[in-house]
Amino acid sequence: MAEAGHSQAPVSSLKHHFDDMEQQQAASTLGMWVFLATEVLFFGGALTVYAVYRLVYPAAFSAASNHLDVRIGAVNTVVLIGSSLTMAIAVWSARRNGPRSTRMLVGSLAMTALLGSVFLAIKATEYSAKLAAGLFPGPAFRFPGAHARPAELFYSLYFVLTGLHALHLAIGIGVVAVVAARAARGRYDLEYHGPVEITGLYWHFVDVVWIFLFPLLYLVGRGG
Amino acid sequence: MSAESYLASPRGVRSWLLTTDHKRIAILYLVSVTLFFFLGSAFAVAIRLELLTPAGDAVQADTYGRLFTMHGVVMIFFFLIPAIPTVLGNFLVPMMIGARDLAFPRLNLLSWYVYVLGASISLWAIVHGGVDTGWTFYTPFSTTYSNGAVVTTGIGVFITGFSSILTGLNFIVTIHRMRAPGLGWYRLPLFIWAHYATSLMMVLGTPVIAMTLLLVVAERALGLGIFDPARGGDPILFQHLFWFYSHPAVYIMVLPAMGVISELVTAFAKKNIFGYRFVAWASIAIAVLGFFVWGHHMFVSGQSAYAGMVFSALSFLVAVPSAIKVFNWTATLYRGSVSFRTPMLYAFGFIGLFTIGGLTGLFLSALGLDVHVHDTYFVVAHFHYIMVGGTIMAFLGGLHYWWPKISGSSYPEGWARFSALVIFVGFNLTFFPQFLLGYLGMPRRYHAYPPELQVLNVMSSAGASILGVGYLIPMVYLFWSMRYGARVAANPWGASGLEWTTPSPPPTCNFETTPVVTQDPYTYSSEEAQVVG
Repeated sequence: MAEAGHSQAPVSSLKHHFDDMEQQQAASTLGMWVFLATEVLFFGGALTVYAVYRLVYPAAFSAASNHLDVRIGAVNTVVLIGSSLTMAIAVWSARRNGPRSTRMLVGSLAMTALLGSVFLAIKATEYSAKLAAGLFPGPAFRFPGAHARPAELFYSLYFVLTGLHALHLAIGIGVVAVVAARAARGRYDLEYHGPVEITGLYWHFVDVVWIFLFPLLYLVGRGG
Repeated sequence: MSAESYLASPRGVRSWLLTTDHKRIAILYLVSVTLFFFLGSAFAVAIRLELLTPAGDAVQADTYGRLFTMHGVVMIFFFLIPAIPTVLGNFLVPMMIGARDLAFPRLNLLSWYVYVLGASISLWAIVHGGVDTGWTFYTPFSTTYSNGAVVTTGIGVFITGFSSILTGLNFIVTIHRMRAPGLGWYRLPLFIWAHYATSLMMVLGTPVIAMTLLLVVAERALGLGIFDPARGGDPILFQHLFWFYSHPAVYIMVLPAMGVISELVTAFAKKNIFGYRFVAWASIAIAVLGFFVWGHHMFVSGQSAYAGMVFSALSFLVAVPSAIKVFNWTATLYRGSVSFRTPMLYAFGFIGLFTIGGLTGLFLSALGLDVHVHDTYFVVAHFHYIMVGGTIMAFLGGLHYWWPKISGSSYPEGWARFSALVIFVGFNLTFFPQFLLGYLGMPRRYHAYPPELQVLNVMSSAGASILGVGYLIPMVYLFWSMRYGARVAANPWGASGLEWTTPSPPPTCNFETTPVVTQDPYTYSSEEAQVVG
């Protein structure tokens, strides 16, 4: 605790129960990794369901997948990968001192949040098109051809998986916005930028989830 | 830094409800899990009342279904899973490793609020008609046919799961990053090893039940057909996902209890633990193996015979690390100077009852025998021996052992020993007859039974009333002791462990200066044991 004085960071950045900034940073990074492990198992539950039904109903899942718009999915993939790039730039500039890197930090965080919002906006139009086409599972579900029931399973999983992903992304946008606002007030520097780092970890994770969802839902078995 | 006790300052309800002190959060949890324990017990009372007579007279089948469901839901999700980690673990993990708090104190407080929110939603569901699916929420009954408040209860349990995840996450990071200088992994008390293993299971298992319940809720509320066989879904898949968490959950309940027992046995035998590394790694082994045995709940659900054989063999395997622990505790007693104080009585109770519970678990992992006793009272007796005979015994033993540290007061030893004895007798009278009932073929979850089974059922109900009295006595005297109990010194048991180097009760910051650890965790054999009367 006495070591807090050695650090150049404002004393308020060091919580009372840590000995030094290094310990605090290591703890929050490990905490985020453990949380991401939890998230892997969370999505893993639903992906297991997907894997089982894909094996049981391969033809129906291909037919259902054909009704998704692969161009929209691809555009969204590019948007999200772009947001990971801006997030990486944010983390890079957070590790540097000086007004120029602070401007860069704030700018790249704002860009990240913006790209995340673009993804959600595109996703919303995609959802409304699916609803209009009667592809939302439940009593109103309509699917041409012989595979109506397994196709409904496909769309149940589609909405659960992409919905949870969108929820994670929305939370991420909120967190990035808060971090950006704090960065604009000069809260982060070389010594103390843990929140930027762990927000980055979270953001990249949400991105990676989509990197799995896009091929599983839009591409596998397409045209079959 | 003030040396005033964490209980004394700061004052006021607000300071308690907004505290980030791990010790105060432990007290908040102690109050809430105790409330739910007595709520769950009330349902058990109603169940045992109904089963006094063979005819289904006191309640009808529908009500009875709600009673055992809510007994299970409340006891498992709101008492047994959180009890030891959130009360004793919260209080002791930082103290045992020489830290001022958990790594994320605000997250710790948040986890209590999340628990309260989830518990309140489930309470709301209980008041509004309850739920009748059994705590297992099997589909398609839960998603399609049940008349109960499945969605509300599911949401309540879903939310409470995050409290569990946050606690586990906090413990893992704390144990990795907050240990005092010199405190290597093999110098950690076994309580810490057990909580580390438990936290791994909480963090990796709970998200799966969260997703599963979410799918059930979505299916019931939005009309999706994920587990509905009428629409191409697979109800067995639900069982796989459910038990992938819920079998590890059994170890989430019992592993922290084992950690408590390791501390009690050494402290009251005045001997170092026998085979420290074996006991430590047995915790990790149980956590790992515990994830690969879920299929033994589904021997008669229609999974393939090969899956059944593999799950059977793996289930036998879990017995190995569990047995290592029991053998090592027993070997620790050998030539120790054993004192029969209350915590030790509970530890003895645990070792005996857990052994019975564990051995009958082997009966159930045997494929052929399981077909005979599946879904009978044999299973009910088996898991109550683990959960009540194991977890609750250890919880009470630990609560008594650390009570002087938590409250700064000593409890009345005579009453405490008496109630430990009452609980032991009441427990066995309640649950041993259920092994016989199950073997004779009485199925679980029915409110009526053939008249020839009445004698054993009356014994069980009589035992339950004794058990209930046994649980009420500590409630009274522990409260009493906070005001009237004698004040105690820092280390009333002459026990080893960093928590005993602090005043009783400890100051908010735990340690005035960070301790430096220079020796192994159990130091009983190296120094003259001081038995304090």
